Amino acid sequence: MGAIDSSQFAGIGQPVLRKEDYRFLTGAGRYTDDVNERRQTYAYFLRSPYAHANVRSIDTSRAQAAPGVVAVFTGADLTGVNGLPCGWLITSTDGTPMKEPPHPVLAQGKVRHAGDQVALVIAESVLEAKDAAELIDVDYDVLPAVVTGPDALKPGAPQIHEQAPGNKCYTWALGDKAAVDAAFGKAAHITKLDIINNRLVPNAIEPRCALASYDRHDESYTLYVANQNPHVERLLMTAFVLGLPEHKVRVIAPDVGGGFGSKIYLYAEETAMVWASKKVNRTIKWVAERSEAFLTDAHGRDHVTHAELALDANGKFLAMRVHTTANMGAYLSTFASCIPTILYATLLAGQYTTPLIYCEVTAAFTNTAPVDAYRGAGRPEATFVVERLVHQAAVDMGIAQDEIRRRNFIRTFPYQTPVALMYDTGNYDATLDEGMKIADVAGFPARKAEAKQRGKLRGIGYSAYIEACGLAPSNVAGALGARAGLFEAGEVRVHPTGSVTVFTGSHSHGQGHETTFAQIVAAKLGIPVENIAVVHGDTGRVPFGMGTYGSRSLAVGGTAIIKAVEKVIAKGKKIAAHLLEAAETDIEFKDGKFTVGGTDRSKAFAEISLAAYVPHNYPLAELEPGLDETAFYDPTNFTYPAGTHICEVEIDPETGVVDVVNFSACDDFGNIINPMIVEGQVHGGVAQGIGQALLENCVYDLESGQLLTGSYMDYAIPRAHDVPSFKVGTKVTPCTHNPLGAKGCGEAGAIGAPAAVMNAVHDALSAVGVTRIDMPASPHRVWQAIHQTTQSAHA
Amino acid sequence: MGIQVAMTVNGKAVNADVEPRTLLVDFLRQHLGLTGTHVGCDTAQCGACTVHLDGNAVKSCNMIVAQAEGAEVLTIEGLATDDGTMHPMQAAFKECHGLQCGFCTPGMVLSAIDLVQRYPQADEKTIREELDGNMCRCTGYHNIVKAVQQGAAAMSN
Repeated sequence: MGAIDSSQFAGIGQPVLRKEDYRFLTGAGRYTDDVNERRQTYAYFLRSPYAHANVRSIDTSRAQAAPGVVAVFTGADLTGVNGLPCGWLITSTDGTPMKEPPHPVLAQGKVRHAGDQVALVIAESVLEAKDAAELIDVDYDVLPAVVTGPDALKPGAPQIHEQAPGNKCYTWALGDKAAVDAAFGKAAHITKLDIINNRLVPNAIEPRCALASYDRHDESYTLYVANQNPHVERLLMTAFVLGLPEHKVRVIAPDVGGGFGSKIYLYAEETAMVWASKKVNRTIKWVAERSEAFLTDAHGRDHVTHAELALDANGKFLAMRVHTTANMGAYLSTFASCIPTILYATLLAGQYTTPLIYCEVTAAFTNTAPVDAYRGAGRPEATFVVERLVHQAAVDMGIAQDEIRRRNFIRTFPYQTPVALMYDTGNYDATLDEGMKIADVAGFPARKAEAKQRGKLRGIGYSAYIEACGLAPSNVAGALGARAGLFEAGEVRVHPTGSVTVFTGSHSHGQGHETTFAQIVAAKLGIPVENIAVVHGDTGRVPFGMGTYGSRSLAVGGTAIIKAVEKVIAKGKKIAAHLLEAAETDIEFKDGKFTVGGTDRSKAFAEISLAAYVPHNYPLAELEPGLDETAFYDPTNFTYPAGTHICEVEIDPETGVVDVVNFSACDDFGNIINPMIVEGQVHGGVAQGIGQALLENCVYDLESGQLLTGSYMDYAIPRAHDVPSFKVGTKVTPCTHNPLGAKGCGEAGAIGAPAAVMNAVHDALSAVGVTRIDMPASPHRVWQAIHQTTQSAHA
Repeated sequence: MGIQVAMTVNGKAVNADVEPRTLLVDFLRQHLGLTGTHVGCDTAQCGACTVHLDGNAVKSCNMIVAQAEGAEVLTIEGLATDDGTMHPMQAAFKECHGLQCGFCTPGMVLSAIDLVQRYPQADEKTIREELDGNMCRCTGYHNIVKAVQQGAAAMSN
């Protein structure tokens, strides 16, 4: 107990307690808002109160003169500053590039969503900045607004960008339409569904925040920012927007209080602050209020879909046809364009041998906050389409839910899907079997009958999901439109005394990399976890890396570290061979010792590191001193975590309240380094998935475009009593193409859970004749559906 | 323009001259540098700012600092002993992996201690209901509930 944490379990596969916890538990975490500089100023962004308006004029003169004000900037001041870029080019079916209208850092003559930033006020205190912002006179010419994807694409809809006629960003398709249509023509049964994948707000509990400084001493900038990928943030900001020398900007993402995708992106606020920090020559701090977070963090999901599944008479899937309208919001956020395309349509094969799939996606601009990746990013939407279709097809054809899945599982690997992906490995029967065991499916009929006696409707739902993680092979991603590489970097710096600092380009904002990465290095080098420190989140310290998203950190970032460790060991063998006067090929490295094979002559790891830095007896002619290696790893394929989630709900028909009474998951994440951390990731993801299914819904007023769910009193993220304790298990088929055999676990819960919950809700409500409930299945919606069905039955 | 406030924070007497509209949380974070207390919302919902005021859990974002005049305030920084040994509830959160990003954690731990003081034998349902005012987006609450149970048992020993 106490400040020193000694973990006796250092190995791979052990639930090592987290190295980072002591600081978080004792108030010693250092999040961006905990960092303060001398004479710092405070930023406040004046935001549009309207969803869509032309800005006739802005008068900042009264604000400039207000007490404590250092400066006030508007879009007119940002000469030479470009708009925020989008990192993925999607090409429409007609061969034209997607429409990329400007995404200004501060409004340029027009505002396009409620909360669009209009002016930046910098003052000696937050309160003075806010007070001054109230003195800015903005003359708005209010325009009609449109907030849903389908509405935005209708003729006569308000036009949001002159560069995007009809508000269309792109229409993109994947698959052989003619072959799919032909297969539907021969089907014995077709299941059709209309699906709304509800818009969500990520809601990391730490709001976005930033601290920007300019240093005249060496003409450099430092930006602390709550961000998941500081190098990407810096590259986009310097090279594409501000035109600053990349090497003169240091981006630090210190402790970050959750991300879930929302902190991947380059946002306007920190960009404006970096620019302004030189103008005012003062440090500037900004912390989003939660209301601002709701208005301006990139949202997630928001798909409207029609989906069809063609089956033969035995319930074998013949073809799938999907049409989706995706809401991009008012501007293209950093990776917005690839979410409803590359990360969505490619997952529509799921775990099944469906031979033909066609998916068409139209992306629309609307007067809402930008939409981008939120935990799962495209893959939850795909899983929801597939698993709702499969559930309904089983119901339609009178086939058991597990049986219809078994009839269609992929069982031979590698498997080339009709939607571009090549699954390397998996065992879907194993995760289904184990999931059913964990969920005690055999006992469900008795539980259902017992619930019925209490007047409750009990239902069970399955979701056999797959995801493509470990983003990503750079050349594949590049061919698909990515404007970035997707490798990861790791540096292993061995100190003279044999302790090690690991520098990783991936970033932890809750995932526990400081522990997991230390475990893999400890296991490989045979040294205690305590002797290893993991550094991340600082472009001034770590090599150029791509950060954390898409469940990539272990599979890609961990592999880069392993490659660097292997270089350390290889060099260590050369040093040991010299010291032990043996041939390099005779040196074996095991349990932290370099040994001459077949002898007891050995050197400990710390003796080798000391020799590397005190090279008195050292082969200097052929070997450099030092023991510090860097590796960059670019994966050869995606990884394919998969599993089965099974949910049981009880619905009170009197109130419409849906209670998740059991939630079981069996996942295959490949090899697992720290099962405690992995289970925690599943718990959190499942809770977010239950949140999407039952509680969360981001709603804009259809007329005014105002955000109606702008606080925790209107937008329901799960609280402790909204979710049960979870039953989780794993099965392992190691990933075949990375040395750790790891697939990734961060998003699985959010991907698998929504369909499991909603299939359970539909199963329960089938007893009273309800056939469609959209997410979230709130008490209001469920009660209405039950009563409408009952009324129409009586009519 | 300022007002004088005096109180005891983590066992130490403090006093300061502050702007009257200063919130307790801003006083703790900005004037005293106790940045373990966090701000996650602006509607007193998330509970990241929870501290103890005269032994009871309160949301420090929802109080003007003057309301704490003369009070005993305990923040997350004051919970471990002087030699760094964690409070049994802190230790339980670590052992049960009841935290991930750590942002909600200080408020969660202080609420949990308050909960256990009121319900030493709390069952899972009570714990979940009593944590209504503390939001966590990372853990799905599963391990937080386990930690509170384990922490409660350790506190009773």
